[in-house]
Amino acid sequence: MLQVVIFLIILIVVTYVAAMRYKRIYRNIKLGKDEDLSGDEAQRWKNTLLVAFGQKKMFKRIVPAIFHFFIYVAFLFTQIELIEIIIDGVTGRHRVFASSLGMVYTVLISTIEILSFLALIATFIFLARRNALKIPRFHFDDMGWWPKLDANLILLGELALVIGIFTMNGADMALQQIDPTHYPDTGNLALSSLISPLLFEGLGKDMLVLLERAGWWLHVLTVFAFILYLPISKHLHIFLAFPNVYFARLRSRGAIMNMPEITKEVSSMLGLTEDTTDMSAELPEFGAKDIDDLSWKTIMDAYSCTECGRCTSVCPAHITGKKLSPRKILMDIRDRTEEVAAHLDTKDDKLFPTRQPSEEYSMKHLDDGKSLFDYITREEIHACTTCNACVEACPIMIDPLTPILQLRRYEILTEAAGPKDWTPMFTNLENSSSPWQMPQERDAWVES
Amino acid sequence: MEQDDKVLFMSDMAAQGKEPEILFWVGCAGSYDTRAQKITKALVKILNHAEVSFAILGKEENCTGDPARRAGNEFVFQMLALQNIETFKMYNVKRIVTFCPHCFNTLKNEYPELGSTVEVVHHTQFIKELIESGRLQVASAPGEVTYHDSCYLGRINDIYDIPRDLITAMGKTIEEMPRSRSRGLCCGAGGAQMFKEDEPGDKRINIERIEEALETGAETILVNCPFCTTMIEDGLKAKEKQESVMVYDLSEMIVQNNGWN
Ligand code: SF4
Ligand code: SF4
Repeated sequence: MLQVVIFLIILIVVTYVAAMRYKRIYRNIKLGKDEDLSGDEAQRWKNTLLVAFGQKKMFKRIVPAIFHFFIYVAFLFTQIELIEIIIDGVTGRHRVFASSLGMVYTVLISTIEILSFLALIATFIFLARRNALKIPRFHFDDMGWWPKLDANLILLGELALVIGIFTMNGADMALQQIDPTHYPDTGNLALSSLISPLLFEGLGKDMLVLLERAGWWLHVLTVFAFILYLPISKHLHIFLAFPNVYFARLRSRGAIMNMPEITKEVSSMLGLTEDTTDMSAELPEFGAKDIDDLSWKTIMDAYSCTECGRCTSVCPAHITGKKLSPRKILMDIRDRTEEVAAHLDTKDDKLFPTRQPSEEYSMKHLDDGKSLFDYITREEIHACTTCNACVEACPIMIDPLTPILQLRRYEILTEAAGPKDWTPMFTNLENSSSPWQMPQERDAWVES
Repeated sequence: MEQDDKVLFMSDMAAQGKEPEILFWVGCAGSYDTRAQKITKALVKILNHAEVSFAILGKEENCTGDPARRAGNEFVFQMLALQNIETFKMYNVKRIVTFCPHCFNTLKNEYPELGSTVEVVHHTQFIKELIESGRLQVASAPGEVTYHDSCYLGRINDIYDIPRDLITAMGKTIEEMPRSRSRGLCCGAGGAQMFKEDEPGDKRINIERIEEALETGAETILVNCPFCTTMIEDGLKAKEKQESVMVYDLSEMIVQNNGWN
């Protein structure tokens, strides 16, 4: 009974805190600008199936793909077991599904055991790859102490989870022999039936009950900890990868996002349409300076990023020692979003100078003296060749290029700044319709 | 064939009430850059030998705006783009062939949103079409080459096989670089980098690429983009290999093989 009460309290607290945390992520994503990414559902579902569920893009690097796949499938299957754990926890019963499902139960839990074992191997390999083998992309300069710790923490959590599962199941199998009325027959579970005789047989009943409970609590508490931890971790991708792939932009990679407001103005300048522009109107800001100028999809990209560095490891600018790292662009966008979100949460009036008392605390009124340019330097955005290698490499269809180009637009159109060599290029394009200033005519080659 | 370097202008044709089969979009590099002009002329020869009726815009052609848009200057991009689209409408252009993948991409993928309805093909696609319809014969001359996928033809427009088919049709075998097709490494010119100094770093991107190309041992590097041509040749010069290794656009290789130079 005491266990049920404790479990219920924890469950309620975890559900509440988790709801708040995920709601906050949702709100943060909505800080971005609207972008219509609806339509073509068939293609979107296909992507979700192949790329998100099927992990198609992961398999370009086969070794990590296989081990990641173990952890991923183990994760999916464990959710089924979790349902039972929660029902058991709330009702105080033990393995409710065991008697009703019979054989199916044995197969199900055995599958989970085998997958957990594979996930365990994968966890060790990933820990080794990160910390001993020093795979370069995990140690580029853009990886600070937190991203590294974050990656290791989740792998340690994974370890705790697997230990929990096997202690719980192994002890349970031993208990089924001693006390079949309280411990319903689960059938021979694939791995615990092997572990149980080695580790748990011959232990007293009290000890076994204690171990079974310890395993159960370790398992469920690790899961709860995961759920609460994900929103501040790169591991949010286990949820967000799916919507992120679904909403990935389907237009051609070669077509940079259009700016219809400029089309309108240029058309009237060229006399192609009636001039309807209001000259007295304040000049709008173009491009992106802060996260509310980016698309909501870019913010979701940032929250989905697993910091795997596949993008950075193929970026030609990064390969040749320039400061640009597409992964860092995403991490910076997420960090800035979190900073803005913290201001919105603390509601410090000093940071919202233009806000009227009747108005909400919104980014429109926020002035903390900072912007994305405090995170991302000009040098970084100037180094991009728009080669799309990062876009191609990302296993969950994140697009690091779009925000880079939006920052460039802000710099050029709003600030009239940018690389000094580009100024003459723009002038030549305007005056002689070519990036070079040329003494001869465009068709001079015909006669040469 | 006599006069396989004959070029007509859209304006002249229009004056005679004629419309060519295709508009040959020359592009800024093809018009002004002395190295790229050779590619322009190679393509002119191919078009003439295949008896394609084509014309150029000459002074009426503007930059597509690709470097402006990628540098962030949407105003300049749209100024150029909207004027070009007006020109297409004026001449009732239906189909464009270009050898510059940047022009190809912008005309094909970015202009429709601004009102263009013109079909756009890259010269590798068009040449393949000419061969398949029997209008163009390509002589076979065995040899070993390596092929550099430009970002704008490859990764961005998914055209990997057509250029390779042309290379095999010329009797060449391809020594692929480790980073090829969708993993192809950029030459360093895109995104308006061509028109500015590099940001600080350890190395120029074209040097990284040329090292990989030289590793293959091939003495010919085939490309499909005038900017890649410049970048790769500059890399060769830096490695002092410009005498022993040659860089050609696919069209130049065809002209050479067919003995049209
Ligand atoms: S598009 Fe830009 S950021 Fe992405 S890989 Fe290429 S150079 Fe790097
Ligand atoms: S953007 Fe994609 S490829 Fe790059 S680090 Fe994030 S998840 Fe990995």
